[in-house]
Amino acid sequence: MATGGLAINCFVLFCLAVACQGASGLPLLFSRGSNSAQRLSAFLMLAGSCAGSAGALWALTAPVPLSFALVSGLPFGPGSLGIDALSAWFLLPVFLVTGASALFALGYWPAAQNPDSAPRVTFFLGLLAASLTTLLLVRHLVLFLVVWEIMALAAWFALCTEDEKPEVRDAGILYLVTAHLGVLVLFAMVSLIASLTGSYLFPAPGTLPAQGGLAMAIFICALIGFGLKAGVMPLHVWLPSAHANAPSHISAVLSGVVLKMGIYGMVRIFSCFVAPPPWWGCTVLVLGAVSGVVGVAFAIGQHDLKRLLAYHSIENIGIIMIGLGCALLGQSLSAPVLVTLGLAGALLHVLNHATFKALLFLGAGAVIQAAGTREIEVLGGAGRRLPLTGLFFLTGALAICGLPPLNGFVSELMIYLAGFASLQSSPGLLGALPVLAVPVLALIGGLAVACFVKVYGVVFLGEPRSPEHLCAGEPPGSMLASQALLALVCVLIGVLPLCVARPLENVLISYRGGGEPQALVSLLPFVRISLVAMLLVVLCAAVALWLRRRSARIPTTVSRTWGCGYLQPTPRMQYSASSFGSLLVGWFSTVLRPEVHKVEPTGSFPGPAAYRSHLPETALERVFLPLLEYLYEKSALVRHLQHGKLNLYIVYTFLTLVVLYVLTTR
Amino acid sequence: MIDILVHIALALGLPPLLLGVIGKTKAAFAGRVGAPFLQPYYDLARLFRKGVVLSDTTSWIFRAGPAVTLAATLCAGLLIPLGRHAAPISFDGDLVLFAYLFALGRFFTTIAALDTGSSFEGMGAAREVSFACLAEPTLFFALITLTRLSGTLSLTPMLNHLDLSVWLGTGAALILMLTGLFVVLLAENSRIPFDDPNTHLELTMIHEVMVLDHSGPYFGCILYGAALKLFLLGALFVNVALPFSTGSSLADWLVFVVGMLALSIAVGVVESVMARLRLIRVPQLLVAALILTAFSLVLVVR
Repeated sequence: MATGGLAINCFVLFCLAVACQGASGLPLLFSRGSNSAQRLSAFLMLAGSCAGSAGALWALTAPVPLSFALVSGLPFGPGSLGIDALSAWFLLPVFLVTGASALFALGYWPAAQNPDSAPRVTFFLGLLAASLTTLLLVRHLVLFLVVWEIMALAAWFALCTEDEKPEVRDAGILYLVTAHLGVLVLFAMVSLIASLTGSYLFPAPGTLPAQGGLAMAIFICALIGFGLKAGVMPLHVWLPSAHANAPSHISAVLSGVVLKMGIYGMVRIFSCFVAPPPWWGCTVLVLGAVSGVVGVAFAIGQHDLKRLLAYHSIENIGIIMIGLGCALLGQSLSAPVLVTLGLAGALLHVLNHATFKALLFLGAGAVIQAAGTREIEVLGGAGRRLPLTGLFFLTGALAICGLPPLNGFVSELMIYLAGFASLQSSPGLLGALPVLAVPVLALIGGLAVACFVKVYGVVFLGEPRSPEHLCAGEPPGSMLASQALLALVCVLIGVLPLCVARPLENVLISYRGGGEPQALVSLLPFVRISLVAMLLVVLCAAVALWLRRRSARIPTTVSRTWGCGYLQPTPRMQYSASSFGSLLVGWFSTVLRPEVHKVEPTGSFPGPAAYRSHLPETALERVFLPLLEYLYEKSALVRHLQHGKLNLYIVYTFLTLVVLYVLTTR
Repeated sequence: MIDILVHIALALGLPPLLLGVIGKTKAAFAGRVGAPFLQPYYDLARLFRKGVVLSDTTSWIFRAGPAVTLAATLCAGLLIPLGRHAAPISFDGDLVLFAYLFALGRFFTTIAALDTGSSFEGMGAAREVSFACLAEPTLFFALITLTRLSGTLSLTPMLNHLDLSVWLGTGAALILMLTGLFVVLLAENSRIPFDDPNTHLELTMIHEVMVLDHSGPYFGCILYGAALKLFLLGALFVNVALPFSTGSSLADWLVFVVGMLALSIAVGVVESVMARLRLIRVPQLLVAALILTAFSLVLVVR
């Protein structure tokens, strides 16, 4: 049942997008190793992105909630698709990032050089994009799980592109196990919702009572199931290795979009409840704060470029969760300002993080391709050889630190204001809890600046640290164009945040299921922010221009860096990434547990000394693996059931079904 | 309109004088005559005319660093009210922007330092960003306390709201907060006991180390930006510490300028009577300041 021709057009655009994305992998399957086939597939992805973005923008500016019933006759009732502003908002990063990644792949994973792996990665990127788009349109819980599973598997195949490497296989297995644990919990959540509402459709916003054990169980299942996908600490264990070992353009999609599906799931499920109890918001807030601070602290200790970026995804998911927690607490305490600012901040950060994190992963990909390594400690001076990539990476780095005048600042400002506003509006200690978000965000901001100064300084500035890893030169145009597109979006949202205000208000309406429009514009001075952002840009340009003209009139000499009198400096003497982070890693060492191996010089005539530091995935290696080991030993008896004979497994399934049937039809 | 012009004139003109007053105070303590009050102005004028030496490892970042840092600090100068006057730009949330503009400046100062490839400057950059992680939450705790007291999210009404009656009501919390703010002021501006701004080499661990390779107009920009940062954070401190409004605009400006000069004398006194802390003690002092401001928040929220 459709309402209005506009909405139908919108839906047609999405169908077109899904078809293009899904079909984009086919050309390469038929002519392997052909660059023109790869260009055709990138064109299909871009066409899908354009059509889909147009549809999403349409749905955001003139929202007409719309739903379609699919053929009935499926088990669990007729399937259902729908579009509302919330889906459309999450669709934006899907189209933006998958399009940019497909374009990037032309130069990064050329089919002619990779005749075996290119068809595979292209096909699964297309499938992943199509499943992501579909996932956001599905309104039927069981169908949602099916598409969720397709998405998880497509991501897994794309992530394991280089499966000849053992570390890629390890990362893939870890991802697969955790993804399926998450799905198991989501199965439970779906059945719980069905038993509460009696239907397998997504409940309408604000229709479920939040009191009672069933609601609590749904909340916890959603938090765990979607939290595993989003990478909320301590459920993040799969994330760093998966993001680090995937091809860079796949990492961009994983980090930019796939994680956000966890956030989408949470927002969608939380929106169904009316007046959630305060502990929901507190839990989300605290989880967010922990993910944010610990995530960025782990990032500072990393010296694998992509692993470092992966930990930053955990940090940013933390920031999003802080905003979401503020919004939930606002709902419990009926403080609408808190809901508006917290949720708007979280949602805008979803889009912003997708943009700048994809930009950073693509930039990292360009450096890795040019230098042939992910190890920060041997890189250096890439900015002189890849000036444009360096500029784009700098844009992304400034944006992820939340610095003005880029997009990260706008979304973090909203969450900051939610924290500050909680002091004004709501009485009591509980109402003042969101204010703790403020110092936490400040700490995260400070740590993020430290981390990205380290990354940018060590990778792009100074001198190359190793002659084997000199960067070759600027990457091909397609790789630069995709980065330029994402950088442009970062600047656009940062300088003109007003352009996202109206869409965000529509998303907030759809979250609340209608009602009065939220006055986001009255809560956040969008115009003033634009004004200061432009003033900042003008001032920077003015001072730089003045300096340039000034120094043109005075003598300039070029000399070597001042080495405090030492005349034979070598590039290896530059400050390394580990030394840069050592102070901060030391402060956090009780949580991070860094591993240091050193051979110190001793005696009057010391032999060679050595120092090596490594920051392992502590939660995985110190908590989860020992726990699993313990369970493995204790469950020796039960393990006889698991013998690898498929025919007997089918018998198990049959017996379970029979038992369930008997139990339920009693 | 006149107030805005006075604001801009003061923010542009006064900062180097603060450095002059600090220098004079230190000289008085040491029994010297000391450099004239206007010496920092002469230094700046000289630097802007001097030649430039660039390192051959540097890129455009090295030259952009001082420019962006100065521009960001100038921008922040338009957000903070001076004395009992409104800031030229004021809106809900400008307090976050105020803090983040300094972070932007810090980002560019530190990457300009790393651009030289010198391990010495890298060391300074690492310390700068690490200590800022502790100083920033302190500043925000202070801002939360002020938000709670004034009920606004904008610096101008927040700071102009403080008067004697607020001080009488919550004096204890405000004193705790001011102590924290003073520590942040010293740390963010790399003064003793965190850093020694007098020397250029081993004794200077943070700020001066980072700018070792800058020269000529670039170094002039850095010095001026540092003075401006001292002025702006000092203005925040003075606004809280001097809760008087005389009612006359001119007298208010005078009170503010006198307050700023008194603050520079206080900084000079601290620098004269204290030694620089050992590096390992610096985080402890910063955490202490953080906890003091957190205390002040608890006192006003309860």
